[in-house]
Amino acid sequence: MPNINDILIMLPELYLVVAACLLLLLDAFMKPEQRHWLHWLSVGALLMAIYLVVAGQPAQPVVAFGGMFVRDGVSEILKAFALLSTALVFVYAKPYLIDRKLFVGEFYTLMIFAVIGVMLLVSAGSLVTVYLGLELLTLSSYALVALNRDSQLSSEAAIKYFVLGALASGMLLYGMSMVYGATATLDLANLHTAAAHTGAPKLLLFGLIFMIVGIGFKLGAAPFHMWIPDVYQGSPTAVTIFIGSAPKLAAFGMAYRLLESGLGDLSHHWQQMLAVLAVLSLAIGNLVAIVQTNLKRLLAYSTISHMGYLLLGLVNAGPEGYASALFYAISYALMSTAAFGVILALARAGFECEEIDDLKGLNQRSPWMAFLMMLVMFSLAGVPPMFGFFAKLLVLQAAIHAGMMWLAIVGAVFAIIGLYYYLRVVKVMYFDKPVEGSELKMQADPSVRVVLSLNAISLLVLGLSWGPLLGWCKSVFPG
Amino acid sequence: MIDSSMFQLVCFYAFAAVTVGAALGVITLRNTVHAVLSLVLTFFSTACIWLLAEAEFLAIALIVVYVGAVMVLFLFVVMMLDIKQEHLREGFIRYLPVGIIIALVMLGEMLALIGVRAMHMAVMGANPATVAGVSNTEWLGHALYTQFLLPFEIAALILTVGVVAAVALTLRHRGGVRHQSAAQQVAVKPSDRIRIVKMAAERPAQDKNQEPTP
Repeated sequence: MPNINDILIMLPELYLVVAACLLLLLDAFMKPEQRHWLHWLSVGALLMAIYLVVAGQPAQPVVAFGGMFVRDGVSEILKAFALLSTALVFVYAKPYLIDRKLFVGEFYTLMIFAVIGVMLLVSAGSLVTVYLGLELLTLSSYALVALNRDSQLSSEAAIKYFVLGALASGMLLYGMSMVYGATATLDLANLHTAAAHTGAPKLLLFGLIFMIVGIGFKLGAAPFHMWIPDVYQGSPTAVTIFIGSAPKLAAFGMAYRLLESGLGDLSHHWQQMLAVLAVLSLAIGNLVAIVQTNLKRLLAYSTISHMGYLLLGLVNAGPEGYASALFYAISYALMSTAAFGVILALARAGFECEEIDDLKGLNQRSPWMAFLMMLVMFSLAGVPPMFGFFAKLLVLQAAIHAGMMWLAIVGAVFAIIGLYYYLRVVKVMYFDKPVEGSELKMQADPSVRVVLSLNAISLLVLGLSWGPLLGWCKSVFPG
Repeated sequence: MIDSSMFQLVCFYAFAAVTVGAALGVITLRNTVHAVLSLVLTFFSTACIWLLAEAEFLAIALIVVYVGAVMVLFLFVVMMLDIKQEHLREGFIRYLPVGIIIALVMLGEMLALIGVRAMHMAVMGANPATVAGVSNTEWLGHALYTQFLLPFEIAALILTVGVVAAVALTLRHRGGVRHQSAAQQVAVKPSDRIRIVKMAAERPAQDKNQEPTP
């Protein structure tokens, strides 16, 4: 029977649900010109949720609602960074939304609901909560992608996302039903013990395969990556930046919950499957990114390759591997928000700044922006001493310690190949002549300027002192 | 002699075959109305399978909600759309052999590997509703509001998102649309409608044509 303790354990989620509903009501009674209040209230609501998450962090894992909801170190760190990256998205998106007449209350409410989905997903203690959290996240995302109704590209992206996402959810659910059939339990903790002595190991394995297909879709790992480039390019940049950040943390959380908490005993099976996904993602992501001319598409293929690196950490299937994958997911969320943040800051009404050529000569127009973009690109490429370098180093190390030296070598080779297209962006910014007639300049909004600078510089700072964050990541996976 | 579990198994396979056949019909029938009716059959036979699994409430809910309400609505929508049927099947025949081969290979693999017969009645325990001595509906209601309270509430949240998304994606404030405002209509004052103009009395203008000739 649920009691008050269950509610206290879930306080950050419940608080955010109430906040989202209040914001929804407030928006209905607000005049359009007062909407910037809604903006700052939404950012404040997310920051308050971060405080509740961090302040209420339990020393030991606790469960609520009969094991449906788990609050432990892994969920807390993922929630904190998912909320933080969404708050960043809100700040960066505001001028872009106003310019494109998309500055509506639903943008904020839907995104907060999506973050609630992320929080429930990473805290899931049962197959049912995994699925429902995922649906809450993806349904909100579909609507957000389609938010720009007058753009044909957006509608196309939304339909593709919806159809493929529904297919992936169906696969995941099919796998879950098989796992349930083989073990007769939905609870992940019980599943872990029941999986060890099931009467139907083959059925369990089939369920696992379907679940990995679902996880692959949500991560955007090859060969389940088809939706990523179109959705990244087609959706409004203010939504792309969100899809590139918090849902990636959620996908890591989902993979951890399902594969380690639930089916950890089958790790010798899923390690090999994940290794295949990792190699394919690294190859497709890095090689196809080379020929891209659209910046958003380039970042989409770079996402695929980054998910390959994340999988290298998961392949380890031990505390070290999970810690490195978690570290990688956090670093990717911060880098991706900063990269799209620059694109958002350079976009204006009637100008998207989507092509790489749009960045030509950015250094002459706006040296500070060019510098920030250079930091982000170096970090994405994994140039020392940036954040992204140490994240890559740790996952490669994890793969080596898992006895998969070949996988680490593949990862390192593709990191060098990937260097090309990241550095091409830097070259275009610094060494190409600006196109006549184009005016590349930074948005005047001071909040965007300050927060974006902090975000990009944090990539350098966290690269120089990565100890504390890694310590936090390691402390949540007791050996 | 057929015992009851054997009979159940035969029923299951029969209903499953109808379900799969009807589902195939949904995606292959040329006429969209037939496809929707085929979907109704899919739901109906699925409900029958659920009845076999002693999930009476879910089976009835599926028929009442999906067959009764959702599919009828769907049928209305399909009938209202003017769909050119020739274009729908472009490429279907071309991809059909590949699709059938993949489907057959997957089916064969799964049947061979899982071994449905071996795990028949192996893991699942007795029906909890029967054990508790209550009806299926009562047990389901109890479980939904105690054990599964959290998922139930998350589902409610998902529905909220559905409403918000539907409004965000379809509501448009167009300019120049005439609509009534009841509040304004009630609050109207006579002075808004009738303007009383004070005018000085004037002599009627004299018509030139009828001007009397001197």
